[in-house]
Amino acid sequence: MNELLATGSLSLLADRPYMPPEASTYSGTVDFWFDFILYCSLFFFVLMNGLTAYFAIRYRRKAGAKPHGPTHSNTLELTWTIIPAILVFVMFFGGFHGFMNMYTPPENGYDIAVTGQQWNWTFTYPNGHTDSELHIPINTPIRLTLESVDVLHSLYIPAFRAKMDAVPGRYTRMWFEATREGTYNVFCAEYCGTSHSDMTTKCVVHPSMEGYKEWLAAADPFSKKNMTDEQFEEYKADPAKFIAAHPEIKNLLPLDKMGEILWKKKGCNACHSVDGTANIGPTWKGVYGKTEQFENAPAQTVDDNYIRESIVDPLAKIVKGFPGSMPAYQGRITDREITALIWYIRSLGDQKAK
Amino acid sequence: MSSLDASTALGHGHAPPREGVNYLNADNSVAGWLGTLDHKRICILYLVGVGIMFLIGGLFAVLFRTELLTPGKTIMDANTYNKFFTLHGAIMVFIVIIPGIPAALGNFVLPLMLGTKDVAFPRLNLASWYMWLFGTLLMLSSLVFGGVDTGWTFYTPYSTKVQGGAMAGVVPTLFGAFMLGFSSIFTGLNFIVTIHKLRHPNMSWFTMPLFLWSIYATAVIQVLATPVIGITVVLAAIERLLGIGIFDPALGGDPVLFQHFFWFYSHPAVYIMILPAMGVMSELIAVHSHKHIFGYRFIGFSSVAIALLGFLVWGHHMFTSGQSTLLSVIFSGITFSIAIPSAVKMFNWIATLYGGSISLNAPMCYALSFMWIFGIGGLTGLFLSTLATDIHLHDTYFVVAHFHYVMAGTIFVLFGATHHWWPKITGRMYNENVARVACALLFIGFNTVFLPQFVMGSLGMPRRYYNYKEEYQIYHVISSIGSYIMSAGVLTLIYCLSTSLMRGAKAPRNPWGAATLEWQTASPPVVENFETTPTAGDPYDFDALRYDEKTGDYVYVGNPTGPKH
Ligand code: HEC
Ligand SMILES: [Cu+2]
Ligand SMILES: [Cu+2]
Repeated sequence: MNELLATGSLSLLADRPYMPPEASTYSGTVDFWFDFILYCSLFFFVLMNGLTAYFAIRYRRKAGAKPHGPTHSNTLELTWTIIPAILVFVMFFGGFHGFMNMYTPPENGYDIAVTGQQWNWTFTYPNGHTDSELHIPINTPIRLTLESVDVLHSLYIPAFRAKMDAVPGRYTRMWFEATREGTYNVFCAEYCGTSHSDMTTKCVVHPSMEGYKEWLAAADPFSKKNMTDEQFEEYKADPAKFIAAHPEIKNLLPLDKMGEILWKKKGCNACHSVDGTANIGPTWKGVYGKTEQFENAPAQTVDDNYIRESIVDPLAKIVKGFPGSMPAYQGRITDREITALIWYIRSLGDQKAK
Repeated sequence: MSSLDASTALGHGHAPPREGVNYLNADNSVAGWLGTLDHKRICILYLVGVGIMFLIGGLFAVLFRTELLTPGKTIMDANTYNKFFTLHGAIMVFIVIIPGIPAALGNFVLPLMLGTKDVAFPRLNLASWYMWLFGTLLMLSSLVFGGVDTGWTFYTPYSTKVQGGAMAGVVPTLFGAFMLGFSSIFTGLNFIVTIHKLRHPNMSWFTMPLFLWSIYATAVIQVLATPVIGITVVLAAIERLLGIGIFDPALGGDPVLFQHFFWFYSHPAVYIMILPAMGVMSELIAVHSHKHIFGYRFIGFSSVAIALLGFLVWGHHMFTSGQSTLLSVIFSGITFSIAIPSAVKMFNWIATLYGGSISLNAPMCYALSFMWIFGIGGLTGLFLSTLATDIHLHDTYFVVAHFHYVMAGTIFVLFGATHHWWPKITGRMYNENVARVACALLFIGFNTVFLPQFVMGSLGMPRRYYNYKEEYQIYHVISSIGSYIMSAGVLTLIYCLSTSLMRGAKAPRNPWGAATLEWQTASPPVVENFETTPTAGDPYDFDALRYDEKTGDYVYVGNPTGPKH
C-alpha cells in the first residue's frame, strides 16, 4: 500500500492539468490526497448547490402557497454531522501519513546546504562548491539544510511538492528524491521584500550519479582542484593565454567575465545595477576610481582593497545615501571570486572613463 | 406581554416620540452626527467610513490586478506593487471586514433586535468609532511616510529589520492596527454586556435571533483574541524603534514567535469576519423564504463551537515554518474539527429553504451567492488542513483564492445585509432589478477572479509575486478581467443605493415580513427606537404576520396556535 501510494500509481490521472509534473517519490502521495479531497468536495459542492438551486426554484414565492416543512430533526442533524466527520478523519489521517514521510529525512541521503538571502539562493555542495542553481542526481534521497542570512524565505519546488521555510537564526531541514530527469522551477514562497518574485532558480535533475559528479567536478573552475595557486596567478596575469593553454579546465572565461557571472550567481545583481540605474545599493557603473563619501568614515577612492572590504564587511564603510542593508559575505565567498568581482567592477569603471 | 410599561422595556424613561421625527432628521447639526450617542447614527458613521475604505481597498486591488496582466512591469514597479497588495490586505481585513458586519450593521440591528433603546455603553460605542477612524487614518498615513510593503501579515524580521524606501510607514501602520484592534475589543465588550443586560424581558437565550448568537460568539473572540495582536504589534514597533530583540534573531529574538502571536489572533479573526456573516445568513434565509429556521439550536451552538475551536488552530498557518511535526499534526486535526460545525450550518440553511416561500429578491440573491462562495471556500479549506497537500499549496495562489472565497464571501453577506436592513435604516426601498443585476455582476466577477487562482496555485504559482513565469499568464489575465467585472458590479451597487436614497419609494415598517423586533418600529425608527413596547415571540414564527395589500406592509397579529419553537 505504501509503495503504491508513494509511486502515485493509485492516482487516477498521470500528469494532471492542474498540477505540475510529478517528479519526486512523494509527489504521487500528495496528488492522490489532492484528488481524494477534490472528488469529495465536488460531490458535496454539487449536492449543496444542487439542492439550493432546486429549492430556490421549486419553492419560489407564489400567491397562496403556504410554507411548510419541519423546523428541526435530530436524525438529519446527526447525519450531516457524522458523515462529514468520518470523511474529514480519513483526510486528516491520509494527510498526516503522507506528511510524516515528507518531513522525515531518511537515515542516508546526499546532503546539500542552502542559504537564503535577499534575493537569491546559494547551494553549497559536499565538495565546498557553491552555486545559485540546485543540481541533484536522480533516484537519490537529497537532504537539504536551510538557513537564512536576513529575513524569512521559503524554498519551494512545485514539481517535487516540497516546501520549507528558511529561517534566520535556526536551521530547518527538508528532503526529497527526484524520480524524473529534467529542469524544474525553484521558487521563494515566503514574501521577502522588493524582488521576492525574482528569487527563483532552477533545479537540474541529472540522469545519473556519475553525470552529476562530473558536473560537480567541473562546475567551479576556480576550485583548488581545478586550478592551483600558481595556475591562478598565471591566469590572472594573462587570462586569454591561460585559457587557450588549459582546455581541461571547463567553464573558464576571462576574469572580468567570471566576475559578471558571479555578480548574478552571488546575488549582487539584486541590489547593484551595472548600467547606472539606482537600486538598493549603488550602481557599479563608473564606481571604480571614484571618490566615495561615507556615512561613518572619511571619504576614500574606490580601489581593490576598498571593494574587498565592502564585500566581506560592508558595514565598515556605508556609502552616503544608502541603507546599511548589504549582507556580509565573509566566509561565503572565496578570495578568487572576490578577485574576479574586482576585475568586473574595474571593467565597468573603464567603460565610463572611455 | 403588552402589560409591560414601554419605559421599562426600553430601559430609559424618555418623553414620548414626536410625530414625523426619526433618528435621521432629529438633529442635523455636525455635532449631532459626529458627537452622537445614538447607536443608529453610529451605524451610519461606520457604514460611510467602511464603504469609502472598501472602495479604496478595492481600487488598490484593481490596480495590481492590472499590473499582473503581464509578467514583469505593466504599469507599476515592484515596490509599488508590494505596497499596494499590503494596503489592500490591511485595509480589507482590519478596516473593512472586521468592523463591517458587527460594528457597522450590528450597531444598528443589535439593540433593535433586543428591543432596547441603545447599547449598554453609548459613549464607549462612539469612542470605538473614533478609534476606528484614527486607526484608519494612521494606516493611510503610512502612504505619506513612504508606504509599507510587508504584506498585511507583518512577518518579522522583515517588518522590524529592513529599513529604507518602502518601509518607513511600518510604525504608523502597526499603531494603526493597534488602534483598530482596541476599537474592535470595545465594540465586542459593549455587545456582550448589551446582550446580557438589555434583552427584551420576554426574550430568552433561545428565542434570541441567530444573528445575535453569532454576534455574541464574535464578541467573545474579539475580547479574548484581539489584545494579543495589540501587544504583538507594539512589540514589533518596539523592536523596530528601540532595537530591543524580540523577534529578530540578529538581536537575540525569535522570528517564529511572531508568527505564533500573529496567528493566535489572526486565525480567530477569520471567525470575527465569518461568524457575523453566518448569523446574517440565518436571518436572510429564514426571512426571505418565510420559513422557520431549521435547527435553531444546532446553528446557535455551532457558532459557539466555531468560536471556541477557532482559538486552537493557529498553527495551521505554519506547517512549513519549521515548527515541530507533532505540533503540525495536532493543529491539522483540530482544524478539521471546525469543518463540522461549518457544514452543519450550510445544511441547516438548505433545509430551511425546503418547503419555503422563497422570494428571489436582492438579499436572497446575495445569500444564495454566499452559499456557493462559502461552499467553495470551506471545501478548499480541506486541501489546506490536510498536511500533505498543504505543504505543496501553502503560500501559493491556492491559498489566496481560498481565503478570498471565505473572507471576501462575507462581503456578499454584508451587501445582502445592507439591502435587507436598508428600508429600516433609510426608510426607503431600492430597485430590486438593479440590485439583482449588481449582485449578478459581483458574483460572476468574483468567480472569474478567484476560480483560476485555484488552478494556478495548485500548479505552483507563489503568492505576492510581481514577476511570474509565462506559463501562468493565462490565469492571471482571466483573473484580472474578473476584477473589472466586479468593479462594474460595485458601480451598479452604488447606483442602486444612491438612486434609492434620492427617489426610492417610502418603506413600510416591515416590507419583508420578518418576525424580529426591529421590524415592529417605524422605518426609519424613531430616536427612542420604539414608539410602544415591541412584542417578543419566536423570531422565526412567520405565521404571526399578515400581509396588508393596501400598505404593502406585514402586520404582527400574533400566532393563535402559539409559537412553534
Ligand atoms: C541586499 C542588497 C545587496 C546585495 C545582495 C549586495 N549588496 Fe553590495 N551594497 C549594498 C548597499 C545597500 C550598499 C551601500 C551601503 C554600504 O556601503 O554598505 C552596498 C555597497 C557595496 C559596495 C560599495 C559600493 C560603492 O559605491 O562604494 C560594493 C563594492 C559592493 N556593495 C559589492 C557587492 C558585491 C560584490 C555583492 C555580491 C557578492 C553585493 N555587494 C551584494 C547592498 C547589497
Ligand atoms: Cu521571497
Ligand atoms: Cu487560520
